[in-house]
Amino acid sequence: MKYSIFSLARNAVSYHENWSAAWRSPDPKPAYDVVIIGGGGHGLATAYYLAKEHGLNNVAVVEKGWLGGGNTGRNTTIVRSNYLLEANAHFYEHSLKLWEGLSQDLNFNVMFSQRGVLNLAHTPAELDAFSRRGNAMRLNGIDAELLLRDQVRRMVPLLDCSPAARYPILGGLLQPRGGNARHDAVAWGLARAADARGVDIIQNCEVTSIRVRAGRVEGVETTRGYIAAKKVGIAVAGHSSHVAAMAGLRLPIESHVLQALVSEPVKPILDTVVSSGAVHFYVSQSDKGELVMGGDIDGYNSYAQRGNFPIIEHVVGALVALFPCFSRLRMMRCWGGVMDMTLDGSPIIGKTPIGGLYFDGGWCYGGFKATPGSGWVFAHTIAQDRPHRLNEAFTLDRFAAGRTIDDKGMGPYAWAH
Amino acid sequence: MLLIICPWCGPRDQTEFTYGGDANVKRPANPDTLTDEAWANYVFIRENPRGAHAELWHHHASCRRWFKVRRNTMTHEILATAKLDEELPAGT
Ligand SMILES: Cc1cc2nc3c(=O)[nH]c(=O)nc-3n(C[C@H](O)[C@H](O)[C@H](O)COP(=O)(O)OP(=O)(O)OC[C@H]3O[C@@H](n4cnc5c(N)ncnc54)[C@H](O)[C@@H]3O)c2cc1C
Ligand SMILES: [Zn+2]
Repeated sequence: MKYSIFSLARNAVSYHENWSAAWRSPDPKPAYDVVIIGGGGHGLATAYYLAKEHGLNNVAVVEKGWLGGGNTGRNTTIVRSNYLLEANAHFYEHSLKLWEGLSQDLNFNVMFSQRGVLNLAHTPAELDAFSRRGNAMRLNGIDAELLLRDQVRRMVPLLDCSPAARYPILGGLLQPRGGNARHDAVAWGLARAADARGVDIIQNCEVTSIRVRAGRVEGVETTRGYIAAKKVGIAVAGHSSHVAAMAGLRLPIESHVLQALVSEPVKPILDTVVSSGAVHFYVSQSDKGELVMGGDIDGYNSYAQRGNFPIIEHVVGALVALFPCFSRLRMMRCWGGVMDMTLDGSPIIGKTPIGGLYFDGGWCYGGFKATPGSGWVFAHTIAQDRPHRLNEAFTLDRFAAGRTIDDKGMGPYAWAH
Repeated sequence: MLLIICPWCGPRDQTEFTYGGDANVKRPANPDTLTDEAWANYVFIRENPRGAHAELWHHHASCRRWFKVRRNTMTHEILATAKLDEELPAGT
């Protein structure tokens, strides 16, 4: 059923009790052309574009829990494309362009709100680095504006821009087209649109091993039985090492925990996304009114989906230092997700040494914004058995070939990216 | 909060420590003759288990020494610690 003002009115007459399910929940078939492991945003977007752009609809998405119960449903939804290096810039900008049309394309409101993403600069060196990055972005056709202190103060009057502030603000780099989207809606909208094109979405079905014979993938063993597949795509984010190991692959990835927290809801007060790399902090306001905030990963390997208090204390301290007016807000919830941190801070999207097996992961703490772009290029890679122009650089073998993509120049330390 | 047991100072709050990652990474003895593949393995490939993980920590706020910890990555439980030249006791 197409969602529209008419379907809304029609269903209002029956007290909204007769809406049909947004997607089917079929049993797995014995075989598919393509099986995607992982029903997060990336797996669902891949299946959607396989069906829509490449005419492949004998496709299953196999998810061990519920749709979007991984990082998709845990993330703080910042969408931006403000990268320095070319490979990242073009890939994330393509993704941002897909975001701009996603609600229309899916016939599902993903509530994409281009409220701007503002990075604060606290030192002259940081301001210089921002002007370099901003110029690189503009040369790549991406919107960027360098702001000085007074412009930042006018844009976000709640920020403490006084020279005596705990973290003095000298300026910032603004990407006006950046913003937020609604995380659950992204999973649901993609699932509904993929399902409508014939994709089977199979929840509560964990892949326990990958069958490989003579260097080619044959299918996956799951908690709901064996499923044969001509091609298999892995899109399991924090569990990348674990699932890739089922096919004998070792990855340059560590899994770390990233936390976020929300305050009690308040009336609209903050209309943009503010972040500070130096202070390790970011905040935005959700449509429900909560302030959504976070900072760094906890910094040690973890699959626990929960973190520890020092990060929470740091994040709240940074909030209050930057925005003194929030000092009496109460925090309501905190949670964590498992981040697939690559050792150069950039994702891996492409073929593997095993025929018919493809890998998409290493999203670090920033893969939500990549959701449509990742699905787009991963679907292309799987359907054509070769990378799309936009993911050619993100190969697994770049590490041995000396072509790492280290946007921040941090070196091979997962917890530093 | 992690309570990490430094082999020299005893149990201390996690905020006194810095993480150092996989404890089993060894610098190859023959870098001149190493293949690119083997070199990349050393620089970029890490153990990333669900469960017991052998890792390095640095006690930056006190004795400033590196040491080994076996920690469960599913529960964060500290299973064992040891000095760098000692064997880490097994644990799951
Ligand atoms: C607190 C937090 C804040 C974040 N903030 C941002 C942000 O502001 N902006 C941004 O761009 N990114 C952000 N991220 C990162 C972003 O959420 C992830 O990079 C992205 O969602 C990962 O891709 P995914 O959607 O496919 O992952 P997931 O949603 O995690 O999907 C992977 C799925 O695979 C399933 N799976 C795993 N193993 C198996 C198996 N064996 N068999 C079957 N299924 C399996 C999992 O259950 C899971 O549902 C944040 C993450 C967290 C935790
Ligand atoms: Zn000590």
